[in-house]
Amino acid sequence: MKVNLKINDKVQSVEIEPGETLLETLRRIGYKGVKHGCSTASCGACTVQIDGRPVLSCTTFTAAVDGHDVRTIEGFSDENSLSDIQKAILEEGGSQCGFCIPGLIITSEALLRENPDPTEQEVIDYLKGNLCRCTGYESQTRAIIKAAKERRSK
Amino acid sequence: MKTLAQEKLNVVNTPVEKVDGKALVRGKPVFTDDFDIPNTLTVKILRSPYAHAIIKSIDTSAAMIEGVACILTYKDVPHVIYTRAGQGYPEPSPYDTFVLDRKVRYVGDGVAIVAAENEIIAERAMKLIKVEYEVLPAVLDFEHAMDEGAPVIHDEAEITGAYDPKHNIAAHYEMEIGNVEEELKKCDYVVDEVYYTPNQSHAMMEPHGAISYFDPNGRLTVITSTQVPFHARRILKRIFGVNCRVIKPRIGGGFGGKQALHVEPYVVAVTLKTGRPAKCIYSREETMTASNTRHAMRFRARAGAMKDGTLRALELWGLSNTGAYGEHALTVFMVGGSKTLPLYNKVKAVKFGGDVVYSNTEPAGAFRGYGAPQGTFPLDSILDTLAHKIGIDPLEFKLKNSIREGETSPIFKIMGEGREGVDQIINSCKIEECAIEGAKEFGWYEKRKRPRIDQKRRIAHGYGVAFAMQGSSIPAIDMGGATIKMNDDGTFNLLVGATDLGTGSDTILAQIAAEVLHTKVEKIIVYSSDTDMTPFDKGAYASSTTYVSGNAVKIAAEKMKEEIIKAASEIMNKPVYALELDEDKVISDDGDTLSFSDLQTKLFYTFNQRQLEVTESFVSEVSPPPYLVSFAEVEIDLETGKVKVVDFLNYIDCGVPINPVLARGQVEGASAQGIGMALFEDHVMDKNGRLVTNDFFTYKIPARGDIGSIQVRFAKSYEPTGPFGAKSVSEIGLDTPGPAIANAIFDALGIRMRRLPIRSEDLFFEIKKKGL
Repeated sequence: MKVNLKINDKVQSVEIEPGETLLETLRRIGYKGVKHGCSTASCGACTVQIDGRPVLSCTTFTAAVDGHDVRTIEGFSDENSLSDIQKAILEEGGSQCGFCIPGLIITSEALLRENPDPTEQEVIDYLKGNLCRCTGYESQTRAIIKAAKERRSK
Repeated sequence: MKTLAQEKLNVVNTPVEKVDGKALVRGKPVFTDDFDIPNTLTVKILRSPYAHAIIKSIDTSAAMIEGVACILTYKDVPHVIYTRAGQGYPEPSPYDTFVLDRKVRYVGDGVAIVAAENEIIAERAMKLIKVEYEVLPAVLDFEHAMDEGAPVIHDEAEITGAYDPKHNIAAHYEMEIGNVEEELKKCDYVVDEVYYTPNQSHAMMEPHGAISYFDPNGRLTVITSTQVPFHARRILKRIFGVNCRVIKPRIGGGFGGKQALHVEPYVVAVTLKTGRPAKCIYSREETMTASNTRHAMRFRARAGAMKDGTLRALELWGLSNTGAYGEHALTVFMVGGSKTLPLYNKVKAVKFGGDVVYSNTEPAGAFRGYGAPQGTFPLDSILDTLAHKIGIDPLEFKLKNSIREGETSPIFKIMGEGREGVDQIINSCKIEECAIEGAKEFGWYEKRKRPRIDQKRRIAHGYGVAFAMQGSSIPAIDMGGATIKMNDDGTFNLLVGATDLGTGSDTILAQIAAEVLHTKVEKIIVYSSDTDMTPFDKGAYASSTTYVSGNAVKIAAEKMKEEIIKAASEIMNKPVYALELDEDKVISDDGDTLSFSDLQTKLFYTFNQRQLEVTESFVSEVSPPPYLVSFAEVEIDLETGKVKVVDFLNYIDCGVPINPVLARGQVEGASAQGIGMALFEDHVMDKNGRLVTNDFFTYKIPARGDIGSIQVRFAKSYEPTGPFGAKSVSEIGLDTPGPAIANAIFDALGIRMRRLPIRSEDLFFEIKKKGL
């Protein structure tokens, strides 16, 4: 079957199998920034935004997203620049292996849009679904608070 | 001997950005599964549903449906015995593993390799393979592996290197200095207790995976998520008799889980059979149930001390579960003693030993800390108990008896990794600063004056401290190499076999090179871990990369500096002694300059033409331990037994941190994994040996908010044998959370928890028993 997806502002018509997940579709057509960590909606590595909301692509059928606006990590920066969240993550050492980072950034973008001035606890609560095994989370929390501050000052 | 104050540092000891950082935060296709090679077969593994069985018959004919390229069983792969452990050669682990065998030894053991055009076909085919098993009695409880009449797990004739496989003993070790029995009799206080640590899962975010293919010239190439590319190449050669190139792309975490061959033999078998590219990416369930865990261990721990707080004797006697196969069996067990007991070097007698047994459970392997967390938990816990018995502050008791700069321990010489170790004098040890400054920072003395139990709110607070050491590399065994090549645009290529698995080693190695060559990290272009392109390196394990690979890079950079000055002296017509490097150029004492770019351009095209390139290697004679003192504050809910770590402060002596932000991240991350092992990460097996906890729903790793604050402070330390004063930092953080938290619980409630993870229900029943 065919679905029409708007991925990172580009409309694409994609041939899919019935039962195919958005994670499978996106990775197959080249959006490798969407990571496959668990298949049980537990780790958050596959997070993408659908119509601006963070969603786990491993448990979302592609057919259900027909006609919707999908944004992956590839849509949050270009070759010449990084977002303030990406910069802050690098400065604070919030990315070690980097496997969880696309999902983390996508969820954080949604957080800062909803709540431009989050407390540490609000960051932690909002990002609970994004597991990281490398950092112990401390550096990521610091980074997101820092990025929020940076964004507010603009 | 040099000190930190004598080093003038521009790049080292600064928080430069990770060299692979931008690619990672942009989500670039840098991991194994991100590589799409045309015409690739999807590989799936049919796994045993039984813990112990013989394959009586296996019929794949019905499974050869359209789209299946091949199905391989034990009849179709080389019958070569090997160890999956990626270690120096010859490996200290027993050879007890085949790619596929007629016998399966745990639930999840490989039965058949299925390669198909896509995943759907591969999965359909797997269901059509008919296997008839003769189910054998299994050893599921490792404490009964050596029982009389226990089923023999490794009865294959080919096995070598195992201690006593007929009794399921993969390895055995014992050593004693002095006479522990006699010394304990002389002690005023003696503690004798039994402790357990669990089969923790690595739970790295990126599952195991590998791709293999023939390159256009027919060279077999393997892209794999590994910590040990050079060992992988060597072991693949042993199994299949073919040479290959192993490429390590970015790795999504390993923590020791990728210090073994998991997927590589399966894809290589398919590529050799079909000639086609083959890719196998494990599911989370396979990663959790069919790769490696930490070795679960039981230790009987004994210690004796005098009234004045002098520690007199120590003993750890253990039993380790290596599961179905013996990768890292002996070496992980030995580290349980060799990287814990030298910390208390003033004892009159010390003893360590025990057995590592096979059982029909998931194989254990290397895991961050490599036995030291298993040994530190009982050791630090009994010292804590002893201090309470004597009536002195546990911090002061542990500090008083611990090792100091200029001292040694006879254990360094007696215990190495699987063999004798090396003598060493401790050149850097700031454990006093860690303990004293850490206590101030944490508020140790003030907090311990507070009341512990608040009956009104039904909560208790407790404060614990734990001491740890580790090592920096496996001395006299592990080697790292580095090549530096100068380019005419003023950059350098740094080629290293060292294996960055997310730790940031590419970055800190670039910092070391940039420091020596008076340039910036941006001018050092790092290529790492490609066995055809980079020099050899043992791989990422044993806390060795900063120390061994770092020293190799430093030596290579110093050689390159010499080469640059020699060439510049010819071009500038100045004596060598009049020249120095400064900010990407050579300067002379009379003010002449020659930029690196001009220098190499001249050498390429017009003057004494040559390519400047050097390769150097390093192997260490010693393994300088880092030291760590960790303080934990816990809050315990008396109604449920739930423990929350409120505050966890690490004061670490890792020498000079090459990159303070990355070093801090290593300690924070290790603390979190240690807190997971201490409180959350609990595997449950059903009565047939199947792991019920096989995903992130059922196996609980710490999530955001599960841990209060983790703090890291660095002691002012300088290791004279390390590159720019550095020692290792990556593993030690995992050693302390278990005992620090258990000690804090004891401080709060007077209840000594001797089994990790400390489950709330277990603590709840202890609280009930005590009537709190």
